[in-house]
Amino acid sequence: MKIGNYQLPNMSSLLLWGLLWEIIGRSGMTFFVPPLSEVVMTLFSVIGTPAFIKALSETAYAFFAGVFFAIAIGVPIGVLMGKSRLIDELLLPWVNMFLSAPLTALVPVLMVLFGFGMKSIIITTTLFAIWIIILNTRAGVKQINRSLIEMARSFGATARDAFFKIYIWAALPEILNGVRIGVIRAVKGVIIGQLLISIVGFGALFELYSANFLMAHFWAVLIVLFAMAFAVSELLAYLERRVSYYASTR
Amino acid sequence: MSQTKEAFAKATALDTEIAVSTRNICKNYGAVEALKNLSLDFPRGQLTSLLGPSGCGKTTLLKIIAGLLEPTSGEVEVNGRLVTGPGPNRAFVFQDFALLPWASVMRNVAFGLELRGVAKSEREAIAERYIREVGLAGFEKSFPHELSGGMRQRVGLARALSVDAKVLLLDEPFSAVDEQTRRKFQEDMLNLVAHENKTFIFVTHSIEEAVFISDQIAILLPRPSRVSEIIRPTGFRNRDMGNIRRDPEYLDIVDQIWASLRSYVE
Ligand SMILES: Nc1ncnc2c1ncn2[C@@H]1O[C@H](COP(=O)(O)OP(=O)(O)OP(=O)(O)O)[C@@H](O)[C@H]1O
Ligand SMILES: [Mg+2]
Repeated sequence: MKIGNYQLPNMSSLLLWGLLWEIIGRSGMTFFVPPLSEVVMTLFSVIGTPAFIKALSETAYAFFAGVFFAIAIGVPIGVLMGKSRLIDELLLPWVNMFLSAPLTALVPVLMVLFGFGMKSIIITTTLFAIWIIILNTRAGVKQINRSLIEMARSFGATARDAFFKIYIWAALPEILNGVRIGVIRAVKGVIIGQLLISIVGFGALFELYSANFLMAHFWAVLIVLFAMAFAVSELLAYLERRVSYYASTR
Repeated sequence: MSQTKEAFAKATALDTEIAVSTRNICKNYGAVEALKNLSLDFPRGQLTSLLGPSGCGKTTLLKIIAGLLEPTSGEVEVNGRLVTGPGPNRAFVFQDFALLPWASVMRNVAFGLELRGVAKSEREAIAERYIREVGLAGFEKSFPHELSGGMRQRVGLARALSVDAKVLLLDEPFSAVDEQTRRKFQEDMLNLVAHENKTFIFVTHSIEEAVFISDQIAILLPRPSRVSEIIRPTGFRNRDMGNIRRDPEYLDIVDQIWASLRSYVE
């Protein structure tokens, strides 16, 4: 943002919105929006409490486990789809369908299948993240220069060598891009899973806060979640930029 | 009896002379006939050039010999064994270099050895020697996108040399290097052919280059391609390299090849 000739630092527009929030909160228009200053104070008081730490660690566990499975399953499937016409034709319609399906509707089914616990939340997270990872990996593999694969073959690469030394790396820019979007979706997945199951992690906290009309607490936790999602996505964007130097020269 | 024995001995002697032999190779890409009934022998320890108009199937033939492509029909033998796929006795220099963009020059050159399971310190020592040999010393840590086209091509050349294969398949290996370097490489190549008992199969677009470095030149016709002529320059092979380009036989052969190829250019 620019005022006159003065270049304001990045994201200084957030200050403006923070100010607006504060004013609305102070005016007492709605109990739903307490002043930002109160939210921030609450945030600091809440952050050290055992309930918060428990919620955070449970959420982090579900999130990382979900993302781990999404990558560990999604990338190999994407590579296979990129390599083999047959597998591609078998799987692509399903992947596209799940990519745009309202997965939230599936969560109750998952709860019935896998119980009201961590397992269902992890699976929900994986389901939110995996499809875009598969699709991007597939796109990355499809554009690999044929010569690289022939080169590896001519020097005697095994299928395993080719996977770990050629496919993964040659498709890395697209894979990272898919993982970044997948991670953002995983944040949604982990929260939605917890809200619907609402006896673990932040789901339990939200339940507690909203039942007791503790709106400042509610917002404080939400800000923490946003900040975490943003940090993870920025980290991946940074990794993506690190490999972009060869994305154009493959 | 002794006569058959003699004939047999002669035949086996001839056999071992031929390092690579292609027999009745046909290759179709869908409806496109790239190669038709192509047969050609490549003598051991010699350099054979494949010369022909663009798109006549030189790369295709090289990839079939490498085992990267299956011929539609026909067979390839390397050292008397039928080729069914790539093998450690052949190394390929790719027309488009085929370097790993995410790996340094060092790792790229050592990559063939890496795939063969050679220990890191050992393969890097070998790679370093060939990096120096192709004139890239000091660029070991550079990445392909930081190099010029000619330098990238030399990385691909060093990679193929470092695996020490008996048969080298070179697809226009000097096309991107400058004229001075090219001449130096041609002389290096002659030395390599003279001192190492390797078989070189060399694709080029340059008539002069083919005549300068080849023991045997195969002229390919445009699609569907067959060998139209085999020329074996002999007279100036043992002369001093500096004088080859002035040798009357050299000039005659260049003219002769140009005469037979010019009709396809027009
Ligand atoms: N994968 C492919 N699919 C379809 N046609 C192909 C394929 N590869 C090559 N061809 C065709 O086969 C013919 C021979 O190709 P090839 O690459 O072997 O030619 P070349 O002699 O190496 O040409 P250049 O000198 O330009 O490199 C060309 O006409 C090309 O159009
Ligand atoms: Mg070619």
